[in-house]
Amino acid sequence: MTAPKIGVYICHCGSNIASMVDVEGVRDWAASELADKGVVVSRDYPFMCSSLGQELIENDIKEYGLERIVVGACSPHMHEKTFREASANAGLNPYLAELVSIREQVSWVHTDKVKATEKAKAIIAGGVYRVHEQVPLEPLIAPVNSATLIVGGGIAGITAALEIADAGYPVHIVEREPSIGGHMAQYDKTFPTLDCAACILTPKMVDAGAHPNITLHTWSEVVDVSGSVGDFKIRVKHKPRMVVEADCTGCGICIEKCPVQVIDTGFEAGIGYRKAIYTPFPQAVPKYPVLTPDDCTYFAKGTCKACEKFCPVDCIDFTQTDEFVELTVGNILLATGFQPFDARRIESFGYGRLPNVFTSMEFERMSNAAGPTGGKIVLRDGVTEPKSVTIIHCVGSRDKNTNEYCSAICCMQSLKFAHLVREHTGADVYECYIDMRTPGKGYDEFYNRILDEGTQFIRGRVAEVTDSLRYPEEEGHEGRLIVQVEDTLAGVKRRIPADMVILSTGLEPQPDATEVARMFGVGCSTNGFIIERHAKLAPVATMTDGVFAAGATLGPRDIPTSVSNGAAAAATILSRIAQGQIAMEPYRATVDAARCSGCRICNDLCPFSAITFDEAAMVTEINPKLCQGCGVCVAACPANAISGSGFSHDQIIAQIDGLLSYPGGGDGRPVEEAVGATA
Amino acid sequence: MTAPVTTTQTPTPGPVGEPFEPLILGFTCNWCSYRAADLAGTARTKYPHNVRLIRLMCSGRMEPEFILEGFAKGADAVIMTGCWPEDCHYRIQSVKALRRFLFLRRTLSDLGIEPARLQRFYASAAEGQRFADEIARIVAEVRALGPIQPEIRVALDGHPVAPAPAAEPVEVEA
Amino acid sequence: MTIQAIEPTEAIAPTEAEGVSEGVAKPRYKLAMYWASACGGCDVAVLNLGMKLIEFTERWEPVFWPAAMDAKRQDVRAMEDGEIDVCLFDGGIRTDEDAEMAHLLRAKSKVLVAFGSCAGEGCIPGLANQRSIEHVFAAAYDPELNDVNGGLPNGPWESPYGELELPTLSVRLRTLGQVVDVDYSVPGCPPETERIAEVLGAVTAALDGTGPLPPKGAVLGAGNSTVCDECKRERGVKHITEFKRIQTLAEIDPTLCLLEQGLPCCGPATRDGCGAKCPAAGAPCIGCYGATQGVNDFGARLLSAYASVVDASEPEDIERILAGLPDTVGQFYRFSLAASLLHGGRS
Repeated sequence: MTAPKIGVYICHCGSNIASMVDVEGVRDWAASELADKGVVVSRDYPFMCSSLGQELIENDIKEYGLERIVVGACSPHMHEKTFREASANAGLNPYLAELVSIREQVSWVHTDKVKATEKAKAIIAGGVYRVHEQVPLEPLIAPVNSATLIVGGGIAGITAALEIADAGYPVHIVEREPSIGGHMAQYDKTFPTLDCAACILTPKMVDAGAHPNITLHTWSEVVDVSGSVGDFKIRVKHKPRMVVEADCTGCGICIEKCPVQVIDTGFEAGIGYRKAIYTPFPQAVPKYPVLTPDDCTYFAKGTCKACEKFCPVDCIDFTQTDEFVELTVGNILLATGFQPFDARRIESFGYGRLPNVFTSMEFERMSNAAGPTGGKIVLRDGVTEPKSVTIIHCVGSRDKNTNEYCSAICCMQSLKFAHLVREHTGADVYECYIDMRTPGKGYDEFYNRILDEGTQFIRGRVAEVTDSLRYPEEEGHEGRLIVQVEDTLAGVKRRIPADMVILSTGLEPQPDATEVARMFGVGCSTNGFIIERHAKLAPVATMTDGVFAAGATLGPRDIPTSVSNGAAAAATILSRIAQGQIAMEPYRATVDAARCSGCRICNDLCPFSAITFDEAAMVTEINPKLCQGCGVCVAACPANAISGSGFSHDQIIAQIDGLLSYPGGGDGRPVEEAVGATA
Repeated sequence: MTAPVTTTQTPTPGPVGEPFEPLILGFTCNWCSYRAADLAGTARTKYPHNVRLIRLMCSGRMEPEFILEGFAKGADAVIMTGCWPEDCHYRIQSVKALRRFLFLRRTLSDLGIEPARLQRFYASAAEGQRFADEIARIVAEVRALGPIQPEIRVALDGHPVAPAPAAEPVEVEA
Repeated sequence: MTIQAIEPTEAIAPTEAEGVSEGVAKPRYKLAMYWASACGGCDVAVLNLGMKLIEFTERWEPVFWPAAMDAKRQDVRAMEDGEIDVCLFDGGIRTDEDAEMAHLLRAKSKVLVAFGSCAGEGCIPGLANQRSIEHVFAAAYDPELNDVNGGLPNGPWESPYGELELPTLSVRLRTLGQVVDVDYSVPGCPPETERIAEVLGAVTAALDGTGPLPPKGAVLGAGNSTVCDECKRERGVKHITEFKRIQTLAEIDPTLCLLEQGLPCCGPATRDGCGAKCPAAGAPCIGCYGATQGVNDFGARLLSAYASVVDASEPEDIERILAGLPDTVGQFYRFSLAASLLHGGRS
């Protein structure tokens, strides 16, 4: 077989590559040493990705009749598309162009110019060998279903849903709680403007609930996802409400009549009660209540049925069970949000042991006029107003023992708390912070305002919250709390007496975030937040085509950011829908039926259900629409009957041979021995 | 199984006095460890030059043949990297790579290639530093190990790749 | 013997009559068969052709076949280059004599066939490549009981009958393809007799110009899939929870896939062509037909297949299942170690 005509292009990337790699040397080396592998032209250029650099390739393809292109530059994740398009512009199948990284893998990570140059040569050789085995491919085109699934009905999900629905496309919101609204519905005021959360959120909830293009699946969870971009099949479980939604008017009589009160650890964060049949809050959308059998007297003892007796439309149904619905959607948005850090995990702060230590979510509910205390800020006894309140920042954040990341919202929420405490009670407020982080619009002004209001700020990490008095001067503070903190600005240890301590807890992923990520085939970092496709340039896309993420499921963030995430995701999804179809990388596994022995080794290896077995013909088949191109079955097939396009056996073997066949390779040979061959 | 009987020769390729520089082949997953390598680059995190990387779509794409090809073509060690099993882009495929790794490491060991020459680690797309640290650790380990015993890697003429003493019949103890 | 298996209709007469009726005598081709480091099973498999072998001799003249007729090395040396039409070469290259004969027969033959597993992949003798030559001798010979060459029967020695010379063992066993250029190969330990008949028939037709000439490097007398393709056992999706040894099983399900019963069957990775006789008899395939088309390393393929369907996710559980294969090299490379990637590969 004669070698294909190959063009090699070495990018300087300004000085990013050229300062560590002898680019001219690599160019000349490729031209001479790889000539027998088909290299007919080898060039270097300051910026291959520029339009002039691309023209260089395009002209060479035409002039030399190049059949393969190898570009040594940055990561394929950066510019693979650029060079494929350049090839396509000149009439060469884009999959015959290969970009190999000599920047991220060489010039940026190595310090010895000679070694770096040798490694760059080997990488170029790997690319040249590999393209021999490259075959023309066509991107796979799939139609995009115009429906969208949004998982999570918090502010990010609602925002995205309304944007997409307003554009005229169907949206399904799946929310596991009885109502949409998310954490924002629990808050009283929002920083820094102090506008009422309900006032700005509930109109959007109502819009979403009433929108003809939005279907709400509340008290529901996604249990299975299959298919791929453009054509996902979703199975949703509707948990039994015990209320016939079609008949319910939302009058609330059932709730009123229900004799069972249970502590509401959900919406009311454990400081209030709800009934066994309830709506989490008056403005819930949808308005239908939910009956929880675990709390219900009828389910425990077989009697009661007060709700049923008093329901004016007879819509209580104790026999309901899980119902499943199947949805087909083209795109998915994960907006599953966060859970507050469990403050019990830091025992020294005493939460759960010392009654007057509160979490931020408890304080939110307490300060909310619609909350259990009617907006009164009181101690755990329910009546006493605190005279002195200490707020502790970074609880469960910026701490090697819990979470190393900054939860982003705690400084501002703490400042808001300080304001609310002073406004409602006039108590003294102390804030113990590590660093004050107020980078949002109007945030620092808010900080200044709180400073002016007289809140005391102590820069230092709190060691402990205790109710035991240790020093004579603490006499008289019996029954109060002492917050021990090192004041790093004054250089002294302080013990601050307080009636109430508020722990400004951080944000953590939902407890089942990892399982959810796995179900949707997206990656999440080790701390559990979903990984963006690109932290800067694709902040709401995930690594999986057609699956997007917005809001705190991506990491701690405030309301404005969550809203912008939701809107950004909606715009991206709308763009996909408008295009009507999507091009996917043609990396797929295919079975050669003549070679397949029907051994069925591969049959249970595919998590995407792409592999099926034809019992009649005794051969395995792979559905290219379901195949995601991972290649596990290719590597498993003992009969060599499955091949993988784009990353074929021959391509990889050739690349291995190329990488190892050139300078610096093998048993510590001195590099100089192999260098001299330059033309 | 016991290791093959070793020869008495000490392989010392390369100029005297220069430390042995291993050549290491590394396989990466497109979604995690390759991006971790990208991130190490973007962050200018330094690591030894000895490793040369190949991108696969998934660590589960790894055919044991690729690793054997690497050893046959002169690699002193091979590294398999991929997604943390719980974060696998293809959901559950990373564990298939783990199974093949363990099977292959045992088989290689039975063939006389030390287990430390086939290494693996996980690195998420966010773990550039970890990627660099692990590469540095492995390079140091393999450097200490030295080149592969010339007995192991055989050329087409049936002789070890590095010249071995002529196969004179020798008396051996029963 | 398999004489009784030969159909009466396949007697000699029709062929002869055909030749006579056309009035043109068909050419008679020269055939050589040689055993290098081999057990002789391949030669026996050819002899097992029985009556059919006699039929073949109408078209084939055996000119050199140490297992079946008297001929010496000097007879071959005396031949013209390319004088032999087809040479079936069985056995691996383990001694200097094997190598010499390989080069000699390569030169004298138009078509050189690596015949059987030893010549193709090294077979059982290739497993000795795991050990140094010293170890091999130590395992095979007790110096106390051997009185030559310090206890080792290797190379020249002074015998009571004068200077004698034994072939010298080389450092490794090599496949025929690793030593000389090979045109075709026929797999199997030994190749199935029916397949041999097919191969000889096809080669005759190709030489006559009445059949296609297989491309160089082709594997003859075998398929392009694997043994499972011919195996009649029922099979489902695979989840290996334990590898079992056949002697520990109380009974073997007569219809279910052996691998699904925990027996490490090599069928999934082994080239088809044998008719899946071992699994049909209740014994797992041991892989004698070698790697299938396009596979460079049999062991790697089989290993990958097994590991893929091991029903465990935690390293310790995987290791526990793997421990059911106490000899991984024997399991994965029983027939192909000498041709494995680490041992020089296929060429």
